[in-house]
Amino acid sequence: MYLMMTDCSVQVIFWRAVASIAWAVLLLPPITAVFVIISRFSLLHPIQAVSECLSFLTSASAIFSFILLCGVIIMVGFLNLEYYTVIPTIACSKIALLGQLLHPRQFVNSLGHCIMGIIVAWCCAITVGGRYETIADPCAQGDGSPQMCLNEYHLILLLAGAFVGFSHSLLGVIYNMNYVSFHTVQQYKYLRFKGSLSLVLKCSATQALYSVRNYIVVYFFLGKWSLSVHPLDSIAGLLDLSLLYHLWISASFLLFTWHLTLLLFRVFVTEVYSFPVQSSFTEDAHQCLPTVLTDKQPMILKFLALLDLALLSQHSPSRRSEVFSLSQPGGHPHNWNAISKECLSLLADLTQRLIAYHDTVATNGRAKSLSTGSERKTSSESSVPFILSVSPLTAPFTPDLDSPFASPALRRLTAPMDQCSPWFGTVQSPHIMRRVPKLWSTSTGEKSQALFADSQAHIWALEGLSYLVQSSFSEDQFGVVQTALPSILSCMLGLQEAVDRHFKLPHASSKPVRSASSMGDSTHKTLRFALRATLKTSIYRITTTFGNHLNAVKMSAEHRKRLQQFLEYKE
Amino acid sequence: MCSLALFPPPLPSGQTTLCESNNELLSGTTTEDRLKLESSPLSLFFPRESLKLHCRTESSSKAAFLDHSETLWMRSAAAWRDGGFTGLLDEITNSNTEVPKWLSVSSGCTLALLRWFSSFHGSLFPHLTMSSEDMLAEFSQVLNWSDCVVRAFAWHPHTDKFAVALLDDSIKIYNPKSATTPTLKHRLQRSVAAVQWKPLCATALAVACQNCLLVWHVDPCSLSTRPSSGCAQVLSHPGHSPITSIAWSPSGSLLVSASPMDTAMMVWDVASESGVPLQRVGGGGVTFLSWSPDGSHVLASTPSALFRVWETRMWTCERWPCVKGRCQSGCWSPDGSRLLFTVQGETVIYALTFTDTPAGVPTCTSKGSQAAAVVADLSETTFNTPDGDIIVGGEIQSLAWDPTGERLAVLLKGDPQAADRPAIIAVFKTRTNPIFELLPCGFVQGEPGTEPRLMQFHPNFQHGALLTVCWSSGRITHMPFYFLSAGVPHFGLSGSPSLPRPQERPADFAKQSLFTELMS
Repeated sequence: MYLMMTDCSVQVIFWRAVASIAWAVLLLPPITAVFVIISRFSLLHPIQAVSECLSFLTSASAIFSFILLCGVIIMVGFLNLEYYTVIPTIACSKIALLGQLLHPRQFVNSLGHCIMGIIVAWCCAITVGGRYETIADPCAQGDGSPQMCLNEYHLILLLAGAFVGFSHSLLGVIYNMNYVSFHTVQQYKYLRFKGSLSLVLKCSATQALYSVRNYIVVYFFLGKWSLSVHPLDSIAGLLDLSLLYHLWISASFLLFTWHLTLLLFRVFVTEVYSFPVQSSFTEDAHQCLPTVLTDKQPMILKFLALLDLALLSQHSPSRRSEVFSLSQPGGHPHNWNAISKECLSLLADLTQRLIAYHDTVATNGRAKSLSTGSERKTSSESSVPFILSVSPLTAPFTPDLDSPFASPALRRLTAPMDQCSPWFGTVQSPHIMRRVPKLWSTSTGEKSQALFADSQAHIWALEGLSYLVQSSFSEDQFGVVQTALPSILSCMLGLQEAVDRHFKLPHASSKPVRSASSMGDSTHKTLRFALRATLKTSIYRITTTFGNHLNAVKMSAEHRKRLQQFLEYKE
Repeated sequence: MCSLALFPPPLPSGQTTLCESNNELLSGTTTEDRLKLESSPLSLFFPRESLKLHCRTESSSKAAFLDHSETLWMRSAAAWRDGGFTGLLDEITNSNTEVPKWLSVSSGCTLALLRWFSSFHGSLFPHLTMSSEDMLAEFSQVLNWSDCVVRAFAWHPHTDKFAVALLDDSIKIYNPKSATTPTLKHRLQRSVAAVQWKPLCATALAVACQNCLLVWHVDPCSLSTRPSSGCAQVLSHPGHSPITSIAWSPSGSLLVSASPMDTAMMVWDVASESGVPLQRVGGGGVTFLSWSPDGSHVLASTPSALFRVWETRMWTCERWPCVKGRCQSGCWSPDGSRLLFTVQGETVIYALTFTDTPAGVPTCTSKGSQAAAVVADLSETTFNTPDGDIIVGGEIQSLAWDPTGERLAVLLKGDPQAADRPAIIAVFKTRTNPIFELLPCGFVQGEPGTEPRLMQFHPNFQHGALLTVCWSSGRITHMPFYFLSAGVPHFGLSGSPSLPRPQERPADFAKQSLFTELMS
């Protein structure tokens, strides 16, 4: 897809991905060497083990399996490139999550990971050697004739690879592992990579531990192979410490190489890219910042352009002067117009979205509270502690509009039960009935997350605009920013009002639980808080710079009142 | 270049410094002074007796309970929970009658090995063996922190309100425009080492505590005097405590925190409560942070004879090894081009100049000078006063530079044992444009028997500079320095100051210059 496009800005992403894959492949030899040593090392015969390792590393089978591993890493890298997203998909209900998991695209992904897991596991089996090495073992039948039997140790390792690959792909959906987030702290690629390395190692080891545990349980119930010479599906067979150790080591190796590829991909793709603000050649115009900003696709380029805008507005006087410059000939501030228009339309879009959501929630809540008043009373009799834990405001604002099962009749039925949506999960319900609505009830927190899913773009737009306005106070020679000041202010104040109203909704301001030890990125869960803070800071940045001069700017009475709050530092 | 000899002598006993006017420091007698102080709404007095102090010591309750025989498993679990890995090993070693011999012996050996290693580590970095209270006292910018009634003080960067952290671990917020004085208390708010308001925000106050970092959101319009602990965000990172210093970026987007126990400096995105550790080998921890007013650099000193200057665009750092001791304090000029710092065990102030390449060109580090220049020598000087000889000078506790870049306050440690070597604040006049110059101004003294502990300049005083000093008696006073700012105009718009102001006498400058760049 990316190769087809000739646009060189788009190719930047492709080449960044290729560079990240190349680094992952380059890092593979040392990782594999460490894996060989760890898997073969024995305390009792250290010297012998080391010499065995060395002789293995130079053998033909090792080189062949290494080539296979390289192929897998390249494949994983391209899957990362194909499946990554800068806007996370947030499943608002369990049904939606299930829908994501069963999506054909996801199915292909899972299948791919399964196969790659088997390949890596085969390489691991070769590396560990000994009893794991071949799939068939010579065994003596009853009549004494030599025959080939199934070597279950080999098989268990291969299947473990498939299982770990599959669960990795499923967990990727659940934890949004394909979501690429941008960091607030800019660092060089090497330092970012080095900083995250220990975390990746820890994540891989723990996830491997859980995967192996689950796998052992599954294998205990399902792993019946009639051809096997050493049946392993017994408790004694599975509680072989050396087997467990090798399974865990192999799973850790597999996950570590994959996570490393993902980490490198994230680090390379999110690196700052400096777009030219203007070009003297018309054929390069499509690569310039104003044009890239307004393009819709691909999203990552728009994000990179916004990031570049936020950074240039903050750090780079020379590039800012290009933004404020006038066109030659004509004398129009095309750059500033394009940039400010795009940023304002992004912000206005978010404002509209928030207002629309608030309106639906409000009207929906009112209708529902009327129709379900009596039912709630009846249900409150049966589960008093339950209702007591819910503030009277909560129920009307629980939206389940988007769920596919939200027929009016059903909605009325489930309305009292929405109170056992995940936010009330801590309250254990005695009735099994109450668990059912969990599947399609949406929680306000997650809806709120979904509303702000792409807010990283809004954050940069706010930062870019406010810094540009701030520096225009001393740097804007032609006064190009002044003409846009009223619309910028009213846009920001309008958004501020909408955000304030949104945060008054129940659970919109409750903090999500953070999961520290996972490769998945939970940045998207807190984007709405970051947006709220950036919005305030941005308005303050403008008000502290211009001070009372802002009283001369035309705006509605309501906005003036809000602005006065900011001028008096009361927000 | 001995600087203090050119200073006017300290005031006789009973006189206190009031303000600077007409290019000289004015003083008054104590009674007169007190009347003046009490009329001013922002001068505060916290008598030590008025604070309810609690003697909370950690794990003190353990000894009060009788020994209870639990199973080995329970005790091991408890030891793991309370003392971590070493606690567990200790428990196993001690209960050698119940566990197999090989286990107790091997855990004993491991414990010994660990202790040997940690003592080795501790001998490299002696501060690691201190208790966290001692560490806070050692590395704080406040003189004699553990004995201070006012432990931390912070002006709001844009308005006339400030936060005061007291000995009883509470924080009070004073605002002359508001009748309410919110008191902030939190379960985790213990041993407050520093407080700072978030720039470009009216509500957020960051507090460096013993075990974590708290960010309070105090609504200025709220009438509540006791905001609930739900208004505070708790930021913590394993191994990052106690926190001795914090600094907000001037743009209000990031917060950095430092702990002497952690070699990494944390950069927090407060809204999303995520932190990025910036790890560098060497130094053994980070003790003091100062963000330059233009936002381009951060000074980070370590407990060893080494400090770093980070540039904040790509977060790379320059290492600056010192000859003698660690960097005790530092401050930036308003344009962020010059850093003044002091070193423990030395009596001089050094300056570093950063001539930045135009930002935007992604350079690895900013090109600074190769060595620091000595700009002031504050070695001990004897003054003859009517009350006898007074020795002023010596080691420096902290530095503060006012936002216009025209006054530099230096808090000298003195000697608490000797009566003739008081802790004192020496104030210099400074000029950063066109060349850097340092001139004497005078000493700031309080009531007899009190010593200055903590000082800070008001961030946007209209008529010159306003120095706020917290005294050992628990009193907080504000000292205005009236002058016409000749340097760079204020950021934002302040307009011209309206008070009738005395004329400066430029002849003085020429006569008494202590340091100019032409000399060095």
